[in-house]
Amino acid sequence: MSTLSVHDHGVVHHEEGHEHHHDTFLTKYVFSQDHKMIAKQFLITGITMAVIAMLLSILFRIQLAYPDKAFPLLETLLGRFAPEGRLDPEFYLSLVTIHGTIMVFFVLTAGLSGTFSNLLIPLQVGARDMASPFINMLSYWFFLTACVIMLSSFFIQKGPAGPGWTIYPPLSALPTAMKGSGMGMTLWLISMVCFVASSLMGGINYVSTVLNMRTKGMDLWKMPLTIWAFFLTAILGVLSFPVLVAGVVLLIFDRSFGTSFYLSDIVVNGQVMPFEGGSPILFQHLFWFLGHPEVYIVIMPAMGISSEIMSVNSRKPIFGYHAMVYSLIGITVLSFIVWGHHMFITGMNPFLGGVFMITTLIIAVPSAVKTFNWLATLWRGNIRFTPAMLFAIGMVSFFISGGLTGIFLGNAALDINLHDTYFVVAHFHLVMGSAAIFGMLAGVYHWFPKMFGKMMDEKLGYLHFWLTFIGAYLVFFPMHFMGLDGVPRRYYAFTEFASMQRWLSVNMFITWAAIMSACAQVAFLYNFIHSIFWGKKAIQNPWQANTLEWTTPVEHIHGNWPGEIPTVYRWPYDYSKPGAEEDFILQTTPFSQTMSSNLPHDFEDNPAGMDELNKWTSTQKANEEVK
Amino acid sequence: MAFKQLINGGALLNTSESKPLVKNSKKLFALLAMFMLLGTNVLMAQTETASATTADKPGVDWLSVGYYVLLFFLLAISIAVVGKILKVYDLSQQIQGKKGIHWNNVMGIICIIFLIAGMIGAYWEFTVQGSMSLPEAASKHGIKIDSMFLTTTIITMIVFVITQILLFTFLFRYRHSAKRRAYFLPHNNTIEKIWTIVPAVVLTVLVIFGFFTWQEVENSSDLKGGPASINIDITGHQFAWEIRYPGTDGILGKKNFRLIVGSNKLGIDYKDKHSFDDLQADTLVLPVNKTVRLNIFSQDVIHSVYLPHFRVQQNAVPGLPTYFKFIPTITTAEMRRKVDDPKFEYLLYCNKICGGSHYNMQKVVRVVTEGEYRQWIAKQKPYLTYPLMKELKLAQAGQNKNISQNRLALNN
Repeated sequence: MSTLSVHDHGVVHHEEGHEHHHDTFLTKYVFSQDHKMIAKQFLITGITMAVIAMLLSILFRIQLAYPDKAFPLLETLLGRFAPEGRLDPEFYLSLVTIHGTIMVFFVLTAGLSGTFSNLLIPLQVGARDMASPFINMLSYWFFLTACVIMLSSFFIQKGPAGPGWTIYPPLSALPTAMKGSGMGMTLWLISMVCFVASSLMGGINYVSTVLNMRTKGMDLWKMPLTIWAFFLTAILGVLSFPVLVAGVVLLIFDRSFGTSFYLSDIVVNGQVMPFEGGSPILFQHLFWFLGHPEVYIVIMPAMGISSEIMSVNSRKPIFGYHAMVYSLIGITVLSFIVWGHHMFITGMNPFLGGVFMITTLIIAVPSAVKTFNWLATLWRGNIRFTPAMLFAIGMVSFFISGGLTGIFLGNAALDINLHDTYFVVAHFHLVMGSAAIFGMLAGVYHWFPKMFGKMMDEKLGYLHFWLTFIGAYLVFFPMHFMGLDGVPRRYYAFTEFASMQRWLSVNMFITWAAIMSACAQVAFLYNFIHSIFWGKKAIQNPWQANTLEWTTPVEHIHGNWPGEIPTVYRWPYDYSKPGAEEDFILQTTPFSQTMSSNLPHDFEDNPAGMDELNKWTSTQKANEEVK
Repeated sequence: MAFKQLINGGALLNTSESKPLVKNSKKLFALLAMFMLLGTNVLMAQTETASATTADKPGVDWLSVGYYVLLFFLLAISIAVVGKILKVYDLSQQIQGKKGIHWNNVMGIICIIFLIAGMIGAYWEFTVQGSMSLPEAASKHGIKIDSMFLTTTIITMIVFVITQILLFTFLFRYRHSAKRRAYFLPHNNTIEKIWTIVPAVVLTVLVIFGFFTWQEVENSSDLKGGPASINIDITGHQFAWEIRYPGTDGILGKKNFRLIVGSNKLGIDYKDKHSFDDLQADTLVLPVNKTVRLNIFSQDVIHSVYLPHFRVQQNAVPGLPTYFKFIPTITTAEMRRKVDDPKFEYLLYCNKICGGSHYNMQKVVRVVTEGEYRQWIAKQKPYLTYPLMKELKLAQAGQNKNISQNRLALNN
């Protein structure tokens, strides 16, 4: 199979060699079918959306810190959404909703998977391009359309969607229930359908590329963990996103065509509605059937990226490669049967709640294995603190801190009191928000030389890391305690409750920490943009890494490798192997060239190799005896 | 990039000191220019605000906006200056044949500082903000939840402290050194088995505890022969709660959302004779140590009945009646003494996003002694008021007709 595909690509490359010269601006930068360019498009769109969503969060953080204060500047900026300098309560909810939607879907799904799956899958498995470059291009353009539609909802009369990023009906289904359930909600739904189409096209491409287009010698167990993570993420996406579309389409029916899938027994503004027989819980089941795998779609690429970066920069093989892969597979499978833990208190059958609690807590085992393996990878390493490494470490720290609180929330009994409080906000912002964005930033710093052929500034990277890392902890750590005091999320102000007013000072502190972290992102944006144009030129393998992408030339070419695609002989983590000359051995180096560092372990399923090794060691011994 | 030329240049040592100075003074110039630019902006803005205030509207305070922007620029510029100085220092050291700043060491040390500061910070948060969390559970099942919470907290905090310490000390201990090579350790089956099985066992314990606690909390069937629980209806709508107590018969009458009108806002079905004596209340008053069953409804969107002090939460879902059964154990008066706050009240509030005024949808909950409860309930007014009674007599006839017509339609 793989020999065949290598042959095929040789042919494809030949044709592309001619085409190469005819690239116009339009085909090279805009309607590009080259996976590297599409990756950059995803990245830059993702970063733009991240900045927008971050600014939205600063807006509502200001409201939470200063609920009684008017900011005339807000009225200048937002007009009717902030009359007399105060955010409108319904617009506050819109801000929360759009912040969540953009961050979860547009940044951490498309921005993360879209960028790094597109960039790394062909480069790391040794393929000329994606299985279907055209669909890949469509995937980006659907994504961009989704972004534009989502943002356009800020420019309509009633403002963007407001029922939370989980858009639970009936709130999202009744346009009269709130401003954000009107036209803004319609745009949200249309945008999401485009988004799912985009992510499906991407996902199908990733899966088929990984399965069919690996270079010679690249069997599944020689793939870097990044590829494993992207591959399993894509499978998750392909299987779960369609369910969201099903849910969304039924919601559109309920909103526009008078069906009652999710609606029953409703009276709005004293008016009895005709809906009967539907169930709002049905939507929650459909939503979380995607929604829970979605959080793993967000975190698994970050895990894969961090594993790779930590191995490269510790100059050590990732500890327990097989266990890392099996735990990813375990998380993938389990993530399909835990969605009910979002619904413990919705009125779902308590027995079902118990079952979901068991499956949820089981998922902590593979997560724990991954954490311990990361720690073991660092142990006795030779750790180079590149910015990418720091962000990967930050990802691990956040994953531990946020993951542990998941054990509280996954427990149905404890969830009764913690559900929908700030404890939840703290939990998921650490474990999937901060951890995943740190994985993404680690990836940007690490593969920037591959993407743009330039190096980013390390010192600015350090500054960016520490400010963001400390800032994120300062923002989210205190939120746990607010949650333990029963402070609910999605409250416009805590002024109406005497018991919550004492958290005002904490809210102010959190807001200022958030503003600090937001300012720190300027260091990143400056570094990113400046380095694209004026950065130091990168060398071919700046991090002395083993994986295939570093064997391609710095200048991008169609088809990635100028000659034949290199053959792979070994796993990607031969760092600091005893007996080797350098502390890294490229995947393309055959064992015959590294006789002094070969280990019996390398030939467990390769008897011919084992014979060679035995022969070599016996001659070595004989030589020594002669001496 | 200028520094690359610096290295390549002939008279390295001589220029290395003068050039950065030139560079820095350029920076200073830029800074000054920025200052002046913003200064003029601020001045111009000032006149603008002056005119804005005359227009009888709170104008934007451009001065302070400019101030913050200026502050940020100054900060950015000073960071840039510090960065350049560091770079120059680094390079001049290298030129003199010494090694520049060991950034790996610096980062390693910052990691240790972060670990220590972080641990102190976390400890501070636990003691100061941890003590701000909810007082002890005021319900029977809440005590079980709290002990479950404590167990989970202890276990997870041990893991938290150990793993974070390991993470950051490893970073410091194994920071890069050119003299050393990392230890090649691709895997170790024994240790991997240990750290798969240990978390699995710990989680099994937590799962079993959690499962039984959950079963107990959610178990809603009355004990056979035991006293029946007090049924209370609580109905959420945008943005308030309606509370309905059963009258002397102890049974709540039927409801139907189609009957909702201005005078019958709960849609109580008065064909059911149990509904005649149903009482309405402004406060959720509960007798202490009695089983209470909250029947939870919603009329429009999903709300959530959240009584954090009792560790009670259940969503109110339109079309899907839900309930929560619990036994309050501490009266409001007692709790006031315990938390040392004479104004303390138990609260019920909405905890599921439900629209613009979601943030203010509360009811006071008062737990009282049995005697006080009897006195209180005797004072409550029934839903069936005299004018409503009159109105219903008329309406009911019409409704019967309607319903029989519906039946017919269904049969077809």
